[in-house]
Amino acid sequence: MHIPDGYLSPSTCAVMYAASSPCWWTALRRTRRKLFGRTLPLLSLFAAFSFVTMMFNLPLPGGTTGHAVGVGIAAVVLGPWASLLAISLALTIQALFFGDGGITTLGANCFNMAIAGSFAAWGIYKLVSWGAAAESRRRVVAAALAGYGAINLSALLAAIEFGIQPILFHDASGTPLYAPYPLRIAIPAMMAGHLTIAGAAEALMSAGLFSYLRRNDPALLGIPSSTTLERRKAASGLWGALAAVMLLTPLGILASGAAWGEWAPKDFADVAGRAQIAAASRSAAPVAAPNGLARMANLWTAPMPDYAPHFVKSAAFGYLLSAMFGVGLILAVAWLAQRVMQPTIKRRET
Amino acid sequence: MSAGVVSKTVRGFTEALAQTLMSEDSAHELGLLQSLDPRVKLVGLLAMVVAAALSRKLMVMGALFGMGIVLALVSRLSLVSLAKRVWLVAFGFTFMIAAPALFLTPGTVAYRLPLGGIAITAQGLRTALLLIVRVETAVTLSTLLVLTTPWMHLLKALRTLLVPVEVIMLLAMTHRYVVLLSETANAMFESRQSRMVGQLNGHEQRRMMVNTGGVLLSKTLDLGNQVFMAMQARGFRGEVRLLHEFRLRARDYLAISGFAVTVAVAVVAGR
Repeated sequence: MHIPDGYLSPSTCAVMYAASSPCWWTALRRTRRKLFGRTLPLLSLFAAFSFVTMMFNLPLPGGTTGHAVGVGIAAVVLGPWASLLAISLALTIQALFFGDGGITTLGANCFNMAIAGSFAAWGIYKLVSWGAAAESRRRVVAAALAGYGAINLSALLAAIEFGIQPILFHDASGTPLYAPYPLRIAIPAMMAGHLTIAGAAEALMSAGLFSYLRRNDPALLGIPSSTTLERRKAASGLWGALAAVMLLTPLGILASGAAWGEWAPKDFADVAGRAQIAAASRSAAPVAAPNGLARMANLWTAPMPDYAPHFVKSAAFGYLLSAMFGVGLILAVAWLAQRVMQPTIKRRET
Repeated sequence: MSAGVVSKTVRGFTEALAQTLMSEDSAHELGLLQSLDPRVKLVGLLAMVVAAALSRKLMVMGALFGMGIVLALVSRLSLVSLAKRVWLVAFGFTFMIAAPALFLTPGTVAYRLPLGGIAITAQGLRTALLLIVRVETAVTLSTLLVLTTPWMHLLKALRTLLVPVEVIMLLAMTHRYVVLLSETANAMFESRQSRMVGQLNGHEQRRMMVNTGGVLLSKTLDLGNQVFMAMQARGFRGEVRLLHEFRLRARDYLAISGFAVTVAVAVVAGR
């Protein structure tokens, strides 16, 4: 799948360089902050590892052998952006130093294997392993499918690039100037080997290395353990309960009268209010609001008196809005407190 | 064969390591290309590869290939090892791909095979030849670049093509660890081979290869941490500096003119 020089027209090569460049640029920009930490040697070493694993002869069912690119495990461990850089580095070294893949076609090879491959592998892995615990077998299957899907997408892209050459670039006599086969030949010819041998090799390597890492260095995979998942499930239950309680807040309208001890000075002024106070307290209500209450009651005027902003006409909606506002405010304060206190907690822990 | 897979892999590593050593040796020979500024060589030879890719004429590609041979000779490179390492490999691979085009490309019949009457078309013959000669030319020219330039000089020269400095540093580190990890993997396979008696079945072979890959990955990650600590210990603060000791001399200006004329003629004549 490493397209050598001479198979693609210079304009195709230019287009593929142009398509790869923004991805490289974004990947560099995204990893630049981390690049001068541990990520720098990690990227280089992963690229070197990918290069070396490409030289492994993997025995496959049926007696044949195949080579893996390593894009599956790179995307799972490093994420798509760092993975595309690592695989691009490996492909560049191969092209420049070992003549495996061309220099003019490097843009195309990187686009097919490093860029499309990394995103496909990462997407498939995330999709298939969604919600699976660290120990789950589904994660190994997800890693295998990630490798298999990535390598086949890369092969398909290479086949399309080959297949459009005779359509776009031929001379007056109809002689193809570059790769000679049209799409209807290029795609099956390329995919036959990748859907079977190369795909199997990549799936095998991805799944094998994933299992190995999970046993020996699970932190590197950054996958949640079953305890974390249970915690997340419990937390999601709490969020659900909170939402339900918020939805039920308009029930407060059903209660008649004022709650005991929450009287306003005006409740003492009218007869109905005084009757309610007397019934709730089982004693006679004072003739007027106590002096202290009357003096202090107007010290603070709430922006949403009686759980309904003045512009909201529906009482039920007002309750709901107030509940959402209140919960949001509490969460914001909690988040802020956590942000402020976290460095202190971390310092204490270390 | 259980030993077959391991032997094949060990052979692959040995060949790659031998190739690395050979490249470093030939890059220090006293030849024409070795004496040129790496930037001139990089841009000049790449421009020739692009000219070969642009050309629609076999004659022009043939001429560029001929120039590649002359450059190899004046750079004291062995044509025999070039033939074995580059030409035969590229021919074998490209011929396998190009051969069916002889029959599958539609066009006027140039020759009919005596057996079965299968026709080779003129267009098929021309497209196969174009592909083979173009690939051979491009591979020869890019191999000349690698064989006559020390790797670190080649990387520094990439700055001329506006490759970011971080990428150059990453490439330099990657290359270094490719060699180191290849040696480590080779040693692991050789030690495995020396301990192995009898035959492993397919499943066991696969497990062995994947486990070796896993151990290598573990070693890689450990090494990554060690390298980072070593970089920090040596004062790495995130700034990358490259030493620019390249200086253009009279012969480099001559070479620039030579490459420019060759590429211009090839592009015009190849249309």
